[in-house]
Parts: sequence; C-alpha cells; structure tokens
Amino acid sequence: MAMLTVKNLGISFGGLRAVDSFNITIEKGELYGLIGPNGAGKTTAFNLLTGVYKPDTGTVTLDGKNITGLSTIEINKAGIARTFQNIRLFKGLTVLDNVKIGLHNDYKYSTLAGILRLPSYFKTERQMSEKAMDILKVFDLDKEAHLLSANLPYGKQRKLEIARALATNPKLLLLDEPAAGMNPSETEELMKTITLIREKYGVTILLIEHDMKLVAGICEKIFVLNFGTELANGLPGEVLNNPEVIKAYLGE
Amino acid sequence: MKKWNTINKSTRNNIITIGVIVVIYAVCQLMIAAGAMSNLMQGLLVPLCYYSILAISLNLTVGILGELSLGHAGFMCVGAFAGAFFSKSTQNGIGSSFVGFLIALLLGAIAAALFGALIGVVVLRLRGDYLAIVTLAFGEIIKNVINVLYIGLDGKGFHFSMKDSEALNLEENGTIIINGAKGITGTPKHTTFTIAALLLIAAYLIISNLIHSRSGRAIQAIRDNRIAAESVGIDITGFKLLAFTLSAAMAGVAGVLYSHNISTLVATPKNFGYNMSIMILVFVVLGGIGNIRGSIIAAVILTLLPEYLRFLQDYRMLIYAIVLIVIMIFNWNPTCIAWRKNHSLRDILHSLTGKNKKEA
Ligand SMILES: Nc1ncnc2c1ncn2[C@@H]1O[C@H](COP(=O)(O)OP(=O)(O)O)[C@@H](O)[C@H]1O
Ligand SMILES: [Mg+2]
Repeated sequence: MAMLTVKNLGISFGGLRAVDSFNITIEKGELYGLIGPNGAGKTTAFNLLTGVYKPDTGTVTLDGKNITGLSTIEINKAGIARTFQNIRLFKGLTVLDNVKIGLHNDYKYSTLAGILRLPSYFKTERQMSEKAMDILKVFDLDKEAHLLSANLPYGKQRKLEIARALATNPKLLLLDEPAAGMNPSETEELMKTITLIREKYGVTILLIEHDMKLVAGICEKIFVLNFGTELANGLPGEVLNNPEVIKAYLGE
Repeated sequence: MKKWNTINKSTRNNIITIGVIVVIYAVCQLMIAAGAMSNLMQGLLVPLCYYSILAISLNLTVGILGELSLGHAGFMCVGAFAGAFFSKSTQNGIGSSFVGFLIALLLGAIAAALFGALIGVVVLRLRGDYLAIVTLAFGEIIKNVINVLYIGLDGKGFHFSMKDSEALNLEENGTIIINGAKGITGTPKHTTFTIAALLLIAAYLIISNLIHSRSGRAIQAIRDNRIAAESVGIDITGFKLLAFTLSAAMAGVAGVLYSHNISTLVATPKNFGYNMSIMILVFVVLGGIGNIRGSIIAAVILTLLPEYLRFLQDYRMLIYAIVLIVIMIFNWNPTCIAWRKNHSLRDILHSLTGKNKKEA
C-alpha cells in the first residue's frame, strides 16, 4: 500500500488557482522530489498536505487513513511532519529543547508531575534528552545542544528544523527547500544526511528543491509543478529530459 | 562541590532563589523581633509578597505564553472577594480558623481560575490583540459588577440583590456579607508574613518548574512560533488555556492574601482597576519578560520605592518615573548588558573564592 495518495487536490486564493488537480502517489520508503519554478505552488501543496490550508477539492490518504480536512495538529499525530521554507524554530529555546518539543506527543507525563517534579518527570525527561541527543548526533548538532537555537548559524538552523520534525516520529517527512541558502559543500553534506535518515528511521520523504540537478542526485522520483499543475512526474532521467520541463526552467 | 555541579541547572536556580527569599524572610523576622523595623516597612511585608505573586503569575501569561493581558487585577479582585466572602460568611465557624483560611485561599484560586478559563475559552482562539482588549474590559467590568452586588446571610440562607442592601430582605439577625460599593467589612485578618512568604515560594516553584517541564516547553513553543508548534502536534488551545488559567488562579491567591490583610475590602479603581493591572505589567516588563526571578525583584523595588520617596512629596512620581527609565536602560542598553556580564555576581564570587571561570 502506498504511504501517501493524493487525488485531485486543489485550492484557490481569490482568483488564483494556486494548486490544481494535484495527484501523487508515494510508496513507503521512497524519496520523492517536488520541483518547479518560484510561485509554482510547491509550498502551497505542502500547506494543503499538512492542513495549514483546507483544500477546495480532492483527498489526501496517509498510510490508508483519510486525513483530508484534518487540523495540522491531527495530521502531525497521524504521521506527517514538515520543515518550513522560511525557518520557523522556537528561538527562545535551546537546540535540545526544540527537539524535545518534537518528542512531546510520544513521551508524556502530566503537568502536575512536572510542577511537583514527581519521579515520572525525571524518568521521562531523561529518556527525552537521550532520544533528542541521538537525533541531534545524526545531524552533527549534539555539540550545540545547549545553545539557544536562535544563535545557530543558518545552515544548522535548517538542519535543526529537520531534526525537530523527525523527532515527531513521522511516517512522511516533508522538507521545504532544506538546502536554501546553503553553500555547495553544506548542501552536499545535507543531501547525504537526508539519505541517511531515510535509511536509519525508515521514513518516507517528499522534498521540495529549487535546483533540479540536486534533486536528481538523490531522489528516486520527481514531480514537476508549474503554475499549480503537473508538468511532469516520474523517474529523474525521464523528467529532466522532458522538453516541457526544460522549457519551463529555461523560460524562468 | 562536584554534586552541586551535577544538579540540574533549573533545580540549582530554584535552590538559590528560595534560599535568598528565606534569608530575607529570616532577616525581616529578626528585625521585627529586635524592634528594628519601622511600622511602615512591617506593613509592606505582606504586600511585597502578594505583588510578587501577581508579577510572577502575569509573567506566565506575558513572558512564557507571550500573550498580553491587561486585566490581571481583575483576577486578583475575583480571588479577593471569593476568599473574603467565604471567610466572612463562615466567620462564626470554620472561617475563623487556619483551615478556613486555607479553604479561602483554595476558593479564591478556583474562582479566579474559572474566570480565567471562561475568558480563555472565548478569546484564546482568536489571534492578535483581542486578548489584551478583552482582559482590559474584564478587569473593569468585574470591579463595577462587584460594586453593585449585595449578598446577605440569615437563617433562611443567602440573599442576592443588584439594587441595594434593603432589597435583600434580611431577617433581624441576618448579616450583610457583600454590601455593594461598601464591599466586605470585618474579614478575619488571617494573612501573615509567614503564609505570604510561603505562598510566594510556592508560586515561584510552580512557575519555575512548569517552565522546565514538558507543558512549559509546549507553552514557550507556542509563544515562539505558533505555526511550527502546530506542525509538531502541540495542542495550542489546550496549553494556552492551561497557562492562562494557572496565571489567573495565582492572581486569585494573591487576592485572598490581600483581602485577609485589610479590614475593609472594596473594589476601587486604585486596588483592582486598570492602573493596578498596568503596574503589575510594569513589574513584569522591568523584571524582564519571561524572567521569574526578575519579576520578584522588580515588584519589591517598585513597591518599596514610592513609599520611601514620600518625603519628596509632589516630586515623588517624577522621581519614580525617572527611576523606571533608568532601570529600563540598565536592562536593555547594550553597554549596560555588557557591563553586567563582566560584573556578574557569580564572577565576583568566583574571584573571591580564588577560582577562575573555567573551573566552575
Ligand atoms: N495565503 C495565500 N494567499 C494568497 N496567495 C497565496 C497564498 N499562499 C500562496 N499564494 C500564492 O500561490 C502561488 C504559489 O505560491 P507558493 O506555493 O509559495 O509557491 P512555491 O513554493 O512553488 O514557490 C503564488 O502565486 C503565491 O503568491
Ligand atoms: Mg515555496
């Protein structure tokens, strides 16, 4: 069974059809690329999948469960986590605490236990810290664990966002331009990390990227969006040689 | 010493803060016993505690949750009247005992929490400045409602009226408990410096422990980025409501301390009005948004200051304003921040004990 099945998804903002008849099927464990020129509707598609916007049309099915129209919170609990194109960290909290918030729904103790510092507080907090440090190590952020997240350099902030999303133990991870603003060597390292977390955590990934070549390097399949609609969808070799795709990118 | 370093950082901060409060408390008691404390100062000890509790609790809403509330005095008012109402109507029974006072404290907290939750449910789903406006209105409304509220007690039970005390139709032996604008008179004076100081410590511990717990982290996540918090499955409404209700409940406790420290409780613009809410907000802002210890320090300094500036008479508020500005500059000016870093108490302590920073 497919991990994600999206049928005929669409939304309009006023007169603008930002996403129209969006159809995609992602198999479990796949690394899928979503590309397209600026303003094509990629981020909007993510916002539809995560319930930030309610779709006008279409359905979203995650691992056999219909999640169309659910709230962002419920969708996260159902198993979709994401990062943001414009970084959204919890800036007043440490790097470690940012990841611990991702663990919020899997590691529980009551508010009262926290205030009274009951044994369950100490036990669960220790487990959370260990788990969070494990995740931070994967992203090579463990040395900065106690730094305020706002004080991280830009590239590491992007990585921390992925770490936080991963901490919610998602089935599907949506990454919105994770390499934006990184230099080539940082980008290369990030792409390695992304392939690594897919292996390690068995998570399915849908990744938005502006740079086609970069996507072709790691993605098994690529979906090209242009003016809110599908331009091409398939294996990287086919898609990147598609004349329509070349035209859309050259015409930019 | 090694053990000390391995203690969780927030626990260490708790111990230090509570230690300082206990020492100050002990010094005050010694001074009172030795007759070395002025009556003015003695009379300020309890207010210092409840103002500190108010500041801490508002900091939960403003600093930790990041929502602006302009009606904190309203929750204090609800707690003050709920607690005093209980103590007064049971004054011949349990209300005269210490247990009765504990019940009054609990009732004050619950009543204020109910109002907090009620307003929270209505407003917290909205975004932007609605909360500030609604809490402001709430503070003013609650004060005015209490001013036209008459409640009496006689053999037949409670009587209510919104008109006047005559309309209560009390029997011969009945007593008026809340007498409209004249409020509640003769509430037992249960509040002591000891209880107030203990409750301050409790309030500090509650908020400080909350901040470093799972729920407190969620509340701060909502403050820092609501959309990101939703994206990782944080129940925004629930945690906002939790913070707001807890904050109101603690203001209610401060209110009960207040109403059991005075002989006549009336709701005036001075004690429960807009000005009071703003004053508490000033404590929070000057003490540092989100800084619980700072809230206490600011509440103490800014409560003592006007009292000790009385000799300046007409110039008092002018000097007060100047001090506020100076503190603000001290808090936020980059040069001052750098100076504070280089002259922190910790470094001075370390240099005294002959240790350098690295070892610590
Ligand atoms: N909330 C919104 N209201 C109105 N228009 C929007 C909104 N969000 C996105 N759009 C529009 O939808 C189109 C697609 O935007 P977006 O999904 O951000 O593109 P991409 O991520 O592919 O660069 C753009 O024209 C953008 O202006
Ligand atoms: Mg985008």
